[in-house]
Amino acid sequence: MQASLIPYILVARRLGIALITLIIVSFAVFFATDLLPGDVAEILLGQAATPEAVAGLREAMGLNQPAFLRFLGWLGGLFTGDLGTSYVNQMPVADLIGDRLANSLKLAGVTSAVSVPLALFLGITAAMWRGSVYDRLVTALTITVISVPEFMVATLAVLIFAVWLKWLPALSFGAEVGTFWALLKAYTMPVITLTFVVSAQMIRMTRAALIETIDTPYVEMARLKGAGRIRQVLRHALPNALGPIANAMALSLSYLVGGVIIVETIFNYPGVAKLMVDAVATRDLPLIQSCAMIFCVSYLTLITLADLVAILSNPRLRR
Amino acid sequence: MPKPMFLSPARHGFRFNWAGRIGLAIVLLWGVIALVGPLITPYPVGEIVDWDYFGPMSQKFLLGTDYLGRDMLSRILMGARYTVGISLAAVTIACSVGVVLGMIAAVLGGIFDMGLSRLLDAINGIPGLLFGLVVVAAVGSSLTVLILTLAAIYMPGAYRFARSLAVNVNTMDFVTVARARGERTPYLIAREIFPNILGPVLADLGVRFVFIVLVLSGLSFLGLGVQPPNADWGALVRENIGALSFGAPAVVFPSLAIASLTISMNLFIDNMPTRIRDRSA
Repeated sequence: MQASLIPYILVARRLGIALITLIIVSFAVFFATDLLPGDVAEILLGQAATPEAVAGLREAMGLNQPAFLRFLGWLGGLFTGDLGTSYVNQMPVADLIGDRLANSLKLAGVTSAVSVPLALFLGITAAMWRGSVYDRLVTALTITVISVPEFMVATLAVLIFAVWLKWLPALSFGAEVGTFWALLKAYTMPVITLTFVVSAQMIRMTRAALIETIDTPYVEMARLKGAGRIRQVLRHALPNALGPIANAMALSLSYLVGGVIIVETIFNYPGVAKLMVDAVATRDLPLIQSCAMIFCVSYLTLITLADLVAILSNPRLRR
Repeated sequence: MPKPMFLSPARHGFRFNWAGRIGLAIVLLWGVIALVGPLITPYPVGEIVDWDYFGPMSQKFLLGTDYLGRDMLSRILMGARYTVGISLAAVTIACSVGVVLGMIAAVLGGIFDMGLSRLLDAINGIPGLLFGLVVVAAVGSSLTVLILTLAAIYMPGAYRFARSLAVNVNTMDFVTVARARGERTPYLIAREIFPNILGPVLADLGVRFVFIVLVLSGLSFLGLGVQPPNADWGALVRENIGALSFGAPAVVFPSLAIASLTISMNLFIDNMPTRIRDRSA
């Protein structure tokens, strides 16, 4: 086999695995929600429904078809943008999700924009002065944040910024985000919480990736020829650690998926996650399925991206 | 008479530092509380004992009272039973199934190994909390559902970890010898491979326990985990979240309880004797 083709083969293989995973995931999401005890038509029509009405609705909803055909139909609908109709308020799911998705993406975008530079800075400086008080402080802090649930980070943020310092409103996401200041206030708390959760992972992984490179012989060589600590790390170690660090970034951003669910619920933020948690309460299956797929796809995209970066940045596979 | 040094645990790399000991002590403390919970609660768990709600810490109610005026200390002590119990059950199932499957896959190899690895990797591609949400939405929440769901979420990870360890051990000479002797797969797994991956597997069990506690608390916090009138620590935070704006003890202490359990467990794992933790192959 020609060596120059190896990275492409690996990339293709990884994408293939992602595709298979996606199919299995959609299968799982569809059938998990399909296992609902009781008949959907009966639940929708309530107790007073006549058997004829239930039979009619079953027919209209296509519930009499075999599950596998319904799965294919649902999957086809997903690809063409037809996400089905909400059981609860009869609106197309796509309409319900539209704005919410934009809100969630905004939240995720702002969080990434804050946490990536922050985590890079803290991770790299911690690795640079490994073993110092500063490094130990950063390490202890990140372990603590990783060890506690997201909602605890959120409640702590509320306690500190809203209750003690009184800088920000507590649990309400104001509907009036007209002025820039109000917008800033509304976003701050969710973004702070998510930044803590995501950065902690990033800092740990960045630090670990960089330290692994610093321990290599060529960095020791740089040290022996008299390069200063900053030059050793930034010029000699960092370029070679960029691949693993980018991998760590993408991997940590996938923690956004879990974090967003908790944070949107706590802060009453009108995003997809809040929509989904509400849909779970009302058992609105088409809505749950679509939201779950959105989360799974974003999660898969991020972890696939992380692996692709790792493959492509590996110099042993180049050329 | 001098102590025979060569037999002491310290000499053999089984030394524990103080941070690890503190971690272990706190984890064990919560374990004991989970076992004897009802015997040591100062008040009956479900009983409303105070006219005031969200009461402050006092001589009578050490950790204050909750949103109905129930004693918080009693509820936290009882909550330990749910948080620790469910997580322990789930992690035990996840790790035993994962480790056994992982060892079988490593020993058998071939199509069984590949198929199972691909399938479990795919399941690993679903975020944990989301998986829990979907399952609870579908079949409702009960203790059995919670334990099995949490176990299902973390089984693929345990499998992957055990398999990678077992693959290394599988290439060792003593396994080849055993195979040449004509030993069968169950013997190879139980007598040759398992004892040699036990240490790292136990460390992995601890790490997974922390993950499970976090997801369980998250689910309960969203109202999808342990259902009222029972409450684990996550549910206690949810119940009393109304007290957040004035920082009452009712919302602070359940959070602290979770943090103390997970941080001590991480502390214990991180400071585990390296001979146990890193003995791979």
